[in-house]
Amino acid sequence: MALRQFFILACLLLAALTWNACLHKTDDSPSLPDVVSYNFHIRPILSDKCFKCHGPDAAKREASLRLDSAQYAYAPLKETKGAFAIIPGKPEESELFKRISSTDTSYMMPQVDSHLGALSPYEIKLFEKWIKQGAKYEPHWAFTKPVKAPLPEVKNKEWAKNEIDDFVEKKLEDIGLAPNEEATKEHLLKRLSFDLTGLPPTEEMMDRFLTDNSRNAYEKMVDALLQSNRYGEKMAVHWLDIARYSDSYGYQDDNVRTQWPWRDWVIHAFNENLPYDKFLTWQIAGDMLPNATKEQILATAFFRNHKYTEEGGVVAEEYRVEYIIDKTKTYAKGILGLTAECAQCHDHKYDPITQKDYYQLFAFFNNTKEVGYEGDVTASKPAKQPILAISPEEIKNVLTFINRKDTGSMMVSVMGERDTVRKTFVLERGAYDRPATEVQPSPLRAVLKFDTTRGKRNRLGLAEWTVSRDNPLTARVFVNQVWQEIFGRGLVKTTGDFGMQGELPSHPELLDWLAVDFMEHGWNIKRLIKQIVLSATYRQSAKVPAQSLKKDPENKYLSHAPRLRLQAEAVRDMVLASSGLLVGTIGGPSVKPYQPKGLWEAATSGRGELATYKQDKGEALYRRGMYTFIKLTVPPPGMIMFDASNRDQCEVKRLQTNTPLQALVMMNDPTVLEASRVLAQKLLEEKSSADDKLRKAFRRILCRNANEKEFAILKQYHDEQLVAFRQRKMDAAKTLDVGEYPLNESLDKPATAALMKAIDLLYNMEEAIIKS
Amino acid sequence: MEKEFLEHRLTMNRRRFLSKLSLGVGSVALGSLLIPDLFGGKADEDALLTGLPHFAPKAKRIIYLFQNGAPSQLDLFDYKPKLQEMFGQDLPASIRMGQRLTGMTADQKKFPLAGSMFQFNQYGQARAWMSELLPYTSKVVDDLCIIKTMHTEAINHDPALTFFQTGAQVGNRPSMGAWLSYGLGSENKNLPAFCVLLSKGKGNGQGVYSKLWTNGFLDSVHQGVQFSSGENPVLYLNNHESIDRADRRNMLDHLAALNDETYKEFGDPEIQAKVQQYEMAYRMQTAVPEITDVSKEPEDIVKLYGPNCLVPGTYAANCLLARKLSENGVRFVQLYHQGWDGHGNLPGEIRGQCLDTDQASAALITDLKQRGLLDETLVIWGGEFGRTNYCQGVLKKDNYGRDHHPRCFTIWMAGGGVKPGVYGETDEFGYNVVQDPVHVHDFHATVLNLMGLDHEKLTFKHLGRRYRLTDVSGTVIKKIIA
Repeated sequence: MALRQFFILACLLLAALTWNACLHKTDDSPSLPDVVSYNFHIRPILSDKCFKCHGPDAAKREASLRLDSAQYAYAPLKETKGAFAIIPGKPEESELFKRISSTDTSYMMPQVDSHLGALSPYEIKLFEKWIKQGAKYEPHWAFTKPVKAPLPEVKNKEWAKNEIDDFVEKKLEDIGLAPNEEATKEHLLKRLSFDLTGLPPTEEMMDRFLTDNSRNAYEKMVDALLQSNRYGEKMAVHWLDIARYSDSYGYQDDNVRTQWPWRDWVIHAFNENLPYDKFLTWQIAGDMLPNATKEQILATAFFRNHKYTEEGGVVAEEYRVEYIIDKTKTYAKGILGLTAECAQCHDHKYDPITQKDYYQLFAFFNNTKEVGYEGDVTASKPAKQPILAISPEEIKNVLTFINRKDTGSMMVSVMGERDTVRKTFVLERGAYDRPATEVQPSPLRAVLKFDTTRGKRNRLGLAEWTVSRDNPLTARVFVNQVWQEIFGRGLVKTTGDFGMQGELPSHPELLDWLAVDFMEHGWNIKRLIKQIVLSATYRQSAKVPAQSLKKDPENKYLSHAPRLRLQAEAVRDMVLASSGLLVGTIGGPSVKPYQPKGLWEAATSGRGELATYKQDKGEALYRRGMYTFIKLTVPPPGMIMFDASNRDQCEVKRLQTNTPLQALVMMNDPTVLEASRVLAQKLLEEKSSADDKLRKAFRRILCRNANEKEFAILKQYHDEQLVAFRQRKMDAAKTLDVGEYPLNESLDKPATAALMKAIDLLYNMEEAIIKS
Repeated sequence: MEKEFLEHRLTMNRRRFLSKLSLGVGSVALGSLLIPDLFGGKADEDALLTGLPHFAPKAKRIIYLFQNGAPSQLDLFDYKPKLQEMFGQDLPASIRMGQRLTGMTADQKKFPLAGSMFQFNQYGQARAWMSELLPYTSKVVDDLCIIKTMHTEAINHDPALTFFQTGAQVGNRPSMGAWLSYGLGSENKNLPAFCVLLSKGKGNGQGVYSKLWTNGFLDSVHQGVQFSSGENPVLYLNNHESIDRADRRNMLDHLAALNDETYKEFGDPEIQAKVQQYEMAYRMQTAVPEITDVSKEPEDIVKLYGPNCLVPGTYAANCLLARKLSENGVRFVQLYHQGWDGHGNLPGEIRGQCLDTDQASAALITDLKQRGLLDETLVIWGGEFGRTNYCQGVLKKDNYGRDHHPRCFTIWMAGGGVKPGVYGETDEFGYNVVQDPVHVHDFHATVLNLMGLDHEKLTFKHLGRRYRLTDVSGTVIKKIIA
């Protein structure tokens, strides 16, 4: 008790301090760094406050001044004779410094009407010191090739389990924090199991792990989970977000399409541990590889997952251009971690991507055979040209990973090149009908020069450029995405923006070390993941130490493991798996489980196959969340409420929100109630005591044993319910009447209903859907 | 001890609130929807929210009656006798000026002008023209600001609708309601700040999509919550039939006790936030059905909106529900009524659409007014574009079709600080704007202005760019502000 009181007081005090610190930011400003770095200190401010008018975008440049490179910033000002924006070494004579530090509203920068806000006193001091130290510009960190820095010297040499920990420990020591203790085996296993397979550990796994006292018990468990086919499913979910995968065409009539064989391929590729460079190459240009296999061609469906209109009366070329824009965006954001789309209409304001650069990238995708419009919904087919036809024989012999039981050939939209090259032009303001200068295909030159003597100006050339060991982004971006999926936040927080406006990495040396190591080891994804989860950093407890709340409230430096909510699909999977309802089939056509009535019907045009929701029966009701049918205009509501992507566009990072609607789903979704009933039935069919059944239910759902207080609360609730059912104050038969899974009529109804309600209580526990 | 604990909880939530706040003006609604009672007018929090709204608002709430599919302005508001005079003659090229056409009429060799077959009369102080299809709306003309010169860039439904709702034709941008929830938060403890109601007429329909009420890159508390007047007014709201209110309360008490055990172990403030979410869900379970239950509405109200207002899922029922939600402090109520896409058989279809909507739209104005709420509630009526003055398909005196027309169309607004009257002029063919054009961005800028927000300042930084509802343009139409 005393300890708890102390803890609360400490928290209060620290929280109060943080509160004050936030209100009086200037008092809390860090001291100035010894050496002010352009990349880490100055450029973020310039990018945020100055580049809008003095950056790379020529059209919006004011006073002919650009501040994004030394060459221009040191030059004499065109509009103020004899003055210079920056004179290295002399802040007081530099116009830039004079203006940012001025309070004269007619003179100061940024101008008041820009709404960008003035610089803080600390920021102004940074500029002063930087200019004093010579105003040295540096190339953007993400556009320089990563190198492995030597491992840092750390004081605490006991903690590290691998290189990751050295980098993490160093940062923690720098800010005066220490790593947390290791998580309990129970918490660790739950976390690991969800991170690697998206499913809770089975009781057998829990028993095995808890009783295995060998030194490599944890590593054995990691290996087993990586070998499970569930691993591919888990990994695929993030990739499906990037690829904006769905089961319908989107736009108004939103008819059905069959891109799911590609989804099955993604799962297969992750399970086979296809190296990331190949994984990308096949998806970008599998169709253009010499003697391309059907599998390689299928992989290119990645670029055909975006929306297609079937609205009568559209201008075909307008939409064809829209589709190429979507492909370009998905490539740039999902694979290179850049927001290139700004350059669709004008030179990028922050990143060195001109409008011409953008259309040169666009040109790679512009040579596909697809057309902008194939007809309206009455002429709709499940795929659009170019189409890969897949026969039952091929599924049986070659594409064995496609889960299709019935016969008949099927079709998938894939990439395919035209015989003659379609010319590409810069489109003024991004408008399809305003072509300007003609351009040739070329990848973003600011990232890496394109060697035309080696790479062809086509998608295959783009793929080679993308996975080149010299490409500074590809490996960094992917490693960062993997890190994000495990820790909830990337080493670069802005997963989709490694450009100038993106956040700087929290651990730049670690990111680079991992990226280089990843490439050096053949872009081996399973190896990368194993490396991360074996680290001491990963294995820390999620208990929030008071110290870190104060010094690192966002836990950017990982002084403890994050407590993260399960992603939308995993919430469903946890419920199904722990109750024993889960049907583990991998792949196949998407399914339509329970959904509130009338949703599709209320929002439909009334045309097409998906005008009404035809709920499935039997096993299809209990498939993993990733197989739930995604109709773009009405995505599955339970998933969306838990922040699943609506798959409208490439998405590299999901939000993590906590809303009352989520509480309503957990309380009232028939899936949760049905799972509670089914688990209750299963437990009652076993020969064990009433207490044991409750303990077992707790363990299956929370993945740990209940403590005595928890057990007491649970038991009290259960017993009270049982009495109420027995005394007919509550209606057991009505309670059990939920879901289509058969009721075991031979069981005592009040007992089943009471246990069901206790289990339902457990599903609603905050911890049930948390990795901690 | 108990008090300390509560203090602690409060502090923790403040901290979380602050860390969110540092992202921008962001997550203001965190103080309302998310943890309402922890942010009910504490002095500290008020200080944090200074600067929003940017200036004194004229309107506090919005009800947007979206007429999905694009109603024909030429058969409802924009009276053009010239079209009757020149009935069946070709649209002069000097008027069309190379306007791009949709694929549905682009191949037509002729563009025969189709004067409306409906009678028009003038109403109210502004002597505004209105057709016989709107007998009820014409009675509330003195409360309407009729804008005849709306124009847009898109010519197809999906992009045009998305443009009106999010300020961009494509892209997963936040919807208007989400922006307002983000900027102004919620006014109540038990309901979301942004509610969506759907209905459908018998005319040619175009679907609606949940991306229209998306939070985009804003926190998902700002997402529109779909309501219906049926049995399950909010998704997953209803308890299973075996669970009553007392059972639910009992379950939540046990749940809170269990969650508290986890909290003691981990000290994560999110656990307490989760407990609050369940409490709000519990409050919604009573608050929402009370509001969506229209059975207790007095007879004169039912008469005002028409008998359909008692039929769940109709436009009339949704108008009545909109009033109730708005009255209870919902910041933004968004209705969509489908069925206005009159490519063929327009006269018959539009007659049906008006029968379904005219009375209830006007009733909403009257009802808000009699409750003294019209002054602070902005009501908007309109579609995603207009319809052509020439016929699509076969032209007859009593039957014709009209294609999409983005260059001028009519919407109206009422209450919430707009000045009643008629704004803007179109040419005698009803094809182009002659005076006072209002672009979609201008419309958004004006609506935000009425709500006390500067459209250039209401921004959110996402992937390196400060986004706003009005993208990079938009001018407040000062002339329509009272």
